[in-house]
Amino acid sequence: MAYKIYKVNEEFKDIVPEEVVELEEKATWGNPKRGVMDLPVTKELLEEHSLCAGCPESAAIRYILASLPNPEDTIIVNSTGCTSLVFPHISLHTVHSLFGNQNSVASGIKRVLEWRFPDKAKDVVVLAGDGATVDIGLDYTLQSFFRQEKITTICFDNEVYANTGGQESGLTPKGHVFKMAPKGKLFDKVPMWQLAIDSGCHYVARLTVSSPKKVERVIKEAIYVARELGPTYIHLYTPCILEIGLNSDDGLDEMRSRDKERFAFFEYKTPHAEEVIAKYKAEGLL
Amino acid sequence: MRMIENKVEKNWAGQRIVSPDYLLFEAPREKHFMTGSEAVKEAVKRASVDASVSYPITPQSEAAHLIGELWAEGYVGVYFRGENEFGVMSEVAGAAMAGARVITTTSGPGTLRAFENFPMWSGTRIPVQLVLMARGVNSPLSIQPDNLEVDFLLDTGCMIWYAENVQELFDMILAGFAVAEQPDVHVPVITAVDGFFVSHTREAIYLPPDDIALPPYAPYKSPMPVIDAEIPPGRFLRDPFVMKSNYISYATHASWQWEVRSAIERSRPYAKHYLKGLTEEFGEKDSEVVFIACGTAASQAKEAVRMLEETEGIKSKVVKLKTIRPFPYEEILEATKNAKYIFIPEFNVVGWLEREVRKALYKKSDAEIIGTPRVAGGMTMPKEIIVREVLEYIK
Repeated sequence: MAYKIYKVNEEFKDIVPEEVVELEEKATWGNPKRGVMDLPVTKELLEEHSLCAGCPESAAIRYILASLPNPEDTIIVNSTGCTSLVFPHISLHTVHSLFGNQNSVASGIKRVLEWRFPDKAKDVVVLAGDGATVDIGLDYTLQSFFRQEKITTICFDNEVYANTGGQESGLTPKGHVFKMAPKGKLFDKVPMWQLAIDSGCHYVARLTVSSPKKVERVIKEAIYVARELGPTYIHLYTPCILEIGLNSDDGLDEMRSRDKERFAFFEYKTPHAEEVIAKYKAEGLL
Repeated sequence: MRMIENKVEKNWAGQRIVSPDYLLFEAPREKHFMTGSEAVKEAVKRASVDASVSYPITPQSEAAHLIGELWAEGYVGVYFRGENEFGVMSEVAGAAMAGARVITTTSGPGTLRAFENFPMWSGTRIPVQLVLMARGVNSPLSIQPDNLEVDFLLDTGCMIWYAENVQELFDMILAGFAVAEQPDVHVPVITAVDGFFVSHTREAIYLPPDDIALPPYAPYKSPMPVIDAEIPPGRFLRDPFVMKSNYISYATHASWQWEVRSAIERSRPYAKHYLKGLTEEFGEKDSEVVFIACGTAASQAKEAVRMLEETEGIKSKVVKLKTIRPFPYEEILEATKNAKYIFIPEFNVVGWLEREVRKALYKKSDAEIIGTPRVAGGMTMPKEIIVREVLEYIK
């Protein structure tokens, strides 16, 4: 366990920022049973978020960070977009390098950590938006699946390039009008969850973040399967309330309404993944 | 944990760990005969390399294959073929961030495809080594030697070294790690050679034994936090200046870029030591005719020096540049004190080295600076052409 790196020298505790001291004293370290139910009572690994008020992506990131089974040995790789505004506030090792290369960087990190620390579970998790995962970075996303990299890839699908001002993306549904598609999008939403299955992922899930407990289960299963077998993929609907003209308290309702249609809960597990999940269940970790 | 401290005698491949000085200057050497690609393998074999990612492109493919063989033999820790050069350069970046000594190779269009990564490497302060076997850039399609791509790389914040021949490539790769990994340098190093002329040409080379190797990379000496969750994440990870819109963030970004360039400047004393100088001279010291060149152009200029002496009785000399970044300003100024004519033969159409030399000597030299001959696209540079150009100017 590397969570000792968050221990603050006693003599400096009075001058170290309060939130850093809280990380040592009130965050959940060394406890794989941690989860979203800890959120109200423990120190979160996200200090604050710099997204819009009520942004469902901020909720998704909080649920994910609360659900990591091994935060003290988890590396998070992200990409450019709204998520890169949040990364500065995550207290784990995180990387932002370029737009679209997140799965390549994660592959390099994971392979080297396995080489340097062969006896230690070091989880590598990619968090990126739909533009990064499916448009500019599709090659690198799929190639990391083909290569069977042992990383978990999580796509925040808000169906639009939000951070650059609302342009159509490959995950925009057909017909929706956004910038750069002024006559409406001309082709279908890319079925990324299906591409992930076809490209060799051992665990794939598609869901909204309307149910925190469900997000927790999916995150843990995906991370455990990636640790033991190979690539896993989670596709989350995190609508951009700003770009679809909703109020800041409308995000949850928007997700709930999509739960019944294009983001209906979908899950895929290979037989090997089922075995891994059963093993962790037997250990009481799922 | 597969960390091996410097004091431990052997690396994971069972090679005895020796200092860079011993490996480069003191170890007994034996004569061999091999290509530049094979010399890359011999250097990597003695460099305790943790990771390498490859992608095929002529003329660097063979060097990349041979690094793969070293992985299969247990000398290199991690090795695979990436999806394309953009992916490869990101994969080696991730590997370096996670605490690995990393080497990769590319050429021409591959360099351009990968390009977004190079300033990211230097901005991330990772000491990745890229062996660049320069070739023409499309279009039209060419696989032939041409070093235009080096021009594009000059301002990426990476160190750029240029090896003349197979021997120098071997030594530079080992020196490259020794210099790039200094904590006060810690930026990438691009070790360039001319494709085919060096990569595919078999030459005499003197090699130290292969049961000794460089000390393994010491990741915790890095000026930036290693991304391995073994040390506290750096404050910059929680508060990157780039994503704030205020004056101090702009100033921080600017000073970060200057700091990367300063790191290259701080590499000078180390490079001088491990390369035995940033430049090398050939010919009559006080010559009025001076060639400034790097790579194979320097080899050809040396032949022209001999020919000028023999056939015309004209004394001349070559100042060969081993480093382009850092640029050897002082060395060039000193070497051209008596120069009346400075010729800059190059393997590209734009004359990037001529531009660099002009900048270095502006208002500091009265010599005439002549950017010729220039050949490109795979053309060779016979000594006769160089001599003819010289005679046209000085008679």
